[in-house]
Amino acid sequence: MIAQQLLNGLFLGAVYALFAVGYTLVFGVLDILNLAHAAIFTAAAFAAFSLAAAGVPLPLAFLGAAVLAGIMGILLDRVAFAPLRARNAGTLVPLISSIGVAIIIGAILRGIYGVDERHFTVGGLDTAPVIRLGPLTFTTVELTIFLAAIVLMLVLSWILRATTLGRRIRAVAEDRVAAALLGVDLERTIAATFFIASSLGGAAGVLTGLEYNSVTLDMGGPIELKGLAVIILGGMGSVTGAVIGGFILGAVETLAIAYGLSAWRDAVLFGVMFLLLVARPTGLFGKRALRAA
Amino acid sequence: MSALLDFYAKHSRLIDQIGVNAILALSLSVSLQAGQLALAQAAFMGIAAYVSTILAVNAHWPLFATIAVAVLASTVVAALLAYPVRRLRGVFLAIATIGFGEIVRVVANNLSITGGAEGISSIPNDATTPVIYGALVLVGLTLFVLSRTKFALAVALVREDEYAARGVGVDVGTIRTLSLALGGAIAGLGGALYAHASFFITPTDFGFQRMEQILVWCVVGGVTSPLGALLGATVLSILPEAIRFLADYREITNGVILLAVILFAPGGLSSLWRRGTIRVRV
Repeated sequence: MIAQQLLNGLFLGAVYALFAVGYTLVFGVLDILNLAHAAIFTAAAFAAFSLAAAGVPLPLAFLGAAVLAGIMGILLDRVAFAPLRARNAGTLVPLISSIGVAIIIGAILRGIYGVDERHFTVGGLDTAPVIRLGPLTFTTVELTIFLAAIVLMLVLSWILRATTLGRRIRAVAEDRVAAALLGVDLERTIAATFFIASSLGGAAGVLTGLEYNSVTLDMGGPIELKGLAVIILGGMGSVTGAVIGGFILGAVETLAIAYGLSAWRDAVLFGVMFLLLVARPTGLFGKRALRAA
Repeated sequence: MSALLDFYAKHSRLIDQIGVNAILALSLSVSLQAGQLALAQAAFMGIAAYVSTILAVNAHWPLFATIAVAVLASTVVAALLAYPVRRLRGVFLAIATIGFGEIVRVVANNLSITGGAEGISSIPNDATTPVIYGALVLVGLTLFVLSRTKFALAVALVREDEYAARGVGVDVGTIRTLSLALGGAIAGLGGALYAHASFFITPTDFGFQRMEQILVWCVVGGVTSPLGALLGATVLSILPEAIRFLADYREITNGVILLAVILFAPGGLSSLWRRGTIRVRV
């Protein structure tokens, strides 16, 4: 029973982690809190739904929606953050402008899709074969979602560690001015960061939509604030920390439900986050861990 | 005169909302002026709303007594919150206070005295327009008087340069605690009035979305002065009604206006007044 709960937590945590790495990546590089991340998460889920409904095979719809989310991320940066960056606007103002973009994205989605819940009708999500492994049961859909999230996080880790782009991103995160002096094209690197962060957030949205086979306008609400807790737990800006934080959250949530504590679950989560911030403002894994990601 | 009364009869609900919203925006502007991005206003508002509602509905206390106790409660909670977050700044303070707000919301969702997720209904609707605007004037006067004191000077100093403030002998911790408590008191007043101007309250009334809304009012109006908060709350409360003919595009217009102000009028609407023109800098 507990093994099954932990497995469910692992599945849930992988998606939380995927959402949180994009959230924290933008913070690590730009020191801003991007409150439009959850809106892009939701937009991507709807995009995948539309693609799938138009007959695109699910894996392609997933990739297409993630790319679309990445492009939305670049646009988000151009509209809401780049002009503010140019005049050193501090931390409050970008936070607000990202709320503005989130409102706009939400309004557009409502205009296109209305308020009704949507389901993926293709791909046989509800009739997926069940795998039994000793005491554990799970569906092939859950397994595929889990693997997709893990693969994407490994790709991100590889990009940050082993590619020129990754080195540039880490350099900008470390010290924007010094990186520019060394010849890093700031705006292009930041655009790439937004593409990566938002496509991962979008991918998390599609996977969440597939996991519950439900896409709704407000699906981004809970994960927006829980994502905050996750990146605080992991240390803001730390990609590794966000992954670990995501899995911890997944496990804690499923265990809380299993032990009938689900009503107080979020209070505990935010209580832990609050105490952690107060006791250790840089999180469990330190702020600048992006360097070593 | 009768035209005026007709206008009031038609829009009294909106007029009351503007008054309550203005009080809430002022409460946040107090901590923003001290340079603290403390986003627990919706929680303070909620605590006071529940205290005042419970006293009115369960104990049948008169309006002003429930408001007094409610404001006291939110003030005390705000002052107590100041202590653990005293070392947090900027985004970290924002996140910690958002977390605090979520905890308050979950607690309200789970207690029986707060009516859980359904909240509390049949609240006496006795926060009339004169009561609300009387409270608004009281808050305005208090802030105006305070702005003439050394306290305001110390607050401005803490905002501009905390270390310089310490250097000239300002007790930064006390200033932060006092401004958070003052913000909590005003938010509590707004929350109590909100409850008594509604028929029912639920925990979601005081969640993160409410907090975002209050923050947006302040920023659109301009964070440099209480006047900005007043202006932002008023304009953005009227706007959705004024552009009702845009029907489907209402929400998107809100987002666009918010972005436009941030990008083209960095000091908020109140700064346009002083400058007279909009300087476009992108």
